[in-house]
Amino acid sequence: MKDKIKGRVWKFGDDIDTDIIIPGRYLVITDENELAKHVMEGLDPEFYSKTEEGDIILAGKNFGCGSSREHAPIALKAAGISAVVAESFARIFYRNAINVGLPLLESEKISSSFDEGEEIELDMDKGVLKNEGTGKEYEVKKLPEFMLEILNNGGLIPYLREKLKEEM
Amino acid sequence: MSMTMAEKIMAKASGNREAKAGEIVMANIDVAMTHDLTGPLSVESFRKIGLKNVWDPDKIVVLFDHQVPADSLDAAANHIMLREFVEEQGINNFYDVREGVCHQVLPEKGHIVPGEVVVGTDSHTCTHGALGAFSTGIGSTDMAMVFATGKLWFKIPETIKFDIQGSLKDYVYAKDVVLHIIGEIGADGATYKACEFAGETTRKMSVSERMVLCNMAIEMGGKTGLVEPDEKTVNYLKNRTTKEYEILRTDPDAESLETLEIDVNDLEPQIACPHNVDNVKPISEVEGTSIDQVFLGSCTNGRLEDLRTAAEIVKGHQVSDKVRMLVIPASREVYLQAMDEGLLRIFAESGALVCNPCCGPCLGGHIGLVGPGEVSLSTSNRNFQGRQGSPEAEVYLSSAAVAASSALRGSITDPRE
Repeated sequence: MKDKIKGRVWKFGDDIDTDIIIPGRYLVITDENELAKHVMEGLDPEFYSKTEEGDIILAGKNFGCGSSREHAPIALKAAGISAVVAESFARIFYRNAINVGLPLLESEKISSSFDEGEEIELDMDKGVLKNEGTGKEYEVKKLPEFMLEILNNGGLIPYLREKLKEEM
Repeated sequence: MSMTMAEKIMAKASGNREAKAGEIVMANIDVAMTHDLTGPLSVESFRKIGLKNVWDPDKIVVLFDHQVPADSLDAAANHIMLREFVEEQGINNFYDVREGVCHQVLPEKGHIVPGEVVVGTDSHTCTHGALGAFSTGIGSTDMAMVFATGKLWFKIPETIKFDIQGSLKDYVYAKDVVLHIIGEIGADGATYKACEFAGETTRKMSVSERMVLCNMAIEMGGKTGLVEPDEKTVNYLKNRTTKEYEILRTDPDAESLETLEIDVNDLEPQIACPHNVDNVKPISEVEGTSIDQVFLGSCTNGRLEDLRTAAEIVKGHQVSDKVRMLVIPASREVYLQAMDEGLLRIFAESGALVCNPCCGPCLGGHIGLVGPGEVSLSTSNRNFQGRQGSPEAEVYLSSAAVAASSALRGSITDPRE
């Protein structure tokens, strides 16, 4: 993961649940690219075909509420979503996303500050979200060091493998 | 130091004398459960770590309940993969397609005792707090960590204690109480909190009813549900478990404790309306809403009490011609008892379909999906858009009694009528 992420904005509201992110009937699938094809299908069946590598989701409160299915952050990441910035996150989803290497950041009322499709730059180190068009900057909560390290390794499992190598 | 039940369990699990909300601890896991839907990813993640053996096969429980029997080749492949994993790792606590829903089977089979830490790759793992265990849902990567090390890090949660007072009226149940609470505090009202259900109303409830309360802690964002163990807990555990256990209780002056008083004296049946669990209305406001399917079952309300309540209402009557009613006992034990009591016959005679113990249409991945424009009334725990099939369908949540009376009339009906 790079310290700075650039991408287009997709906007979603409050309480985006895991059944919207990836409906239950697709949980038999374990291949991430197959899962990605159904991401956000509950709200927008065309979402996958519209996403581009690097896109960033901005949302309201309680993003990822519901199930413990790790298929949800896996599908978002495999669809090219590079980060989700929301007012708040449900906790199981939060852990799962960091564990699979999908950055999640919290920021107040962020969604209403941007229009869909705008180009933005997320600086994880500084905790700043910048509107590339207007140059205006918004504060996001910085992640603790160990979470950044997990994200930089691409998730918890590669991070652990790296740690184990260092110890040996 | 005064502590909550959640803090005491976490202190014990992390080898500390004291623990305080907000601290991060590495806790030893007593029970780790995975099922047929989230198990395959857990096993794949475990393989990627590169270890040959799990930390302790006797503390792992593997169970098939979401797609049983297999309804697709993908599901069959997942089952085969997990059976091989169970065999390879020497996991004896394995329940194949025949036992039922994990959150009913684990307590029945004696895996859950007070004071322990339970994790499961299912968000409704919080159900087991009804027996006084700290029990929570985790993802597949976290489960891979547990398989490898037997440990997991936790931020110790603060506790909201729901002091539930009053006598429930006839045809008002634990489900109505918890829907009422979620409606009051919202879908994120208890985010990362331990939800401890207490008060005289909780004390009067059976273990099954307490499971209903704890099951839905996650629907307000809770980390775990909890009920202080008492005589009813001890009686439930008798003849079910050989495990030793310690009963831990919340100190009334614990610092991280917030108490909310809930008066249920005048509570009427509650309905969660589409598409959020916190969109709760008293039944009088939604009565008459036309329905296409009724689902009686799930880890929330598929227990013997629920089947008895519903059977009493449908006995001698016919399910409306417009409605498909699915009755799915939560476990084989519930199924057999319902059979002995003649309940399954009552359902079949009334025109309901009685299916094998499983999660059923709750998560819209197996049997009984609802199509575009259809309305489902369900005793399960989630009504998210698309949850039970089509994103253009609607799901309402209720108690077993409301489900039964509504199935007869073909529209949402107050069982008190």
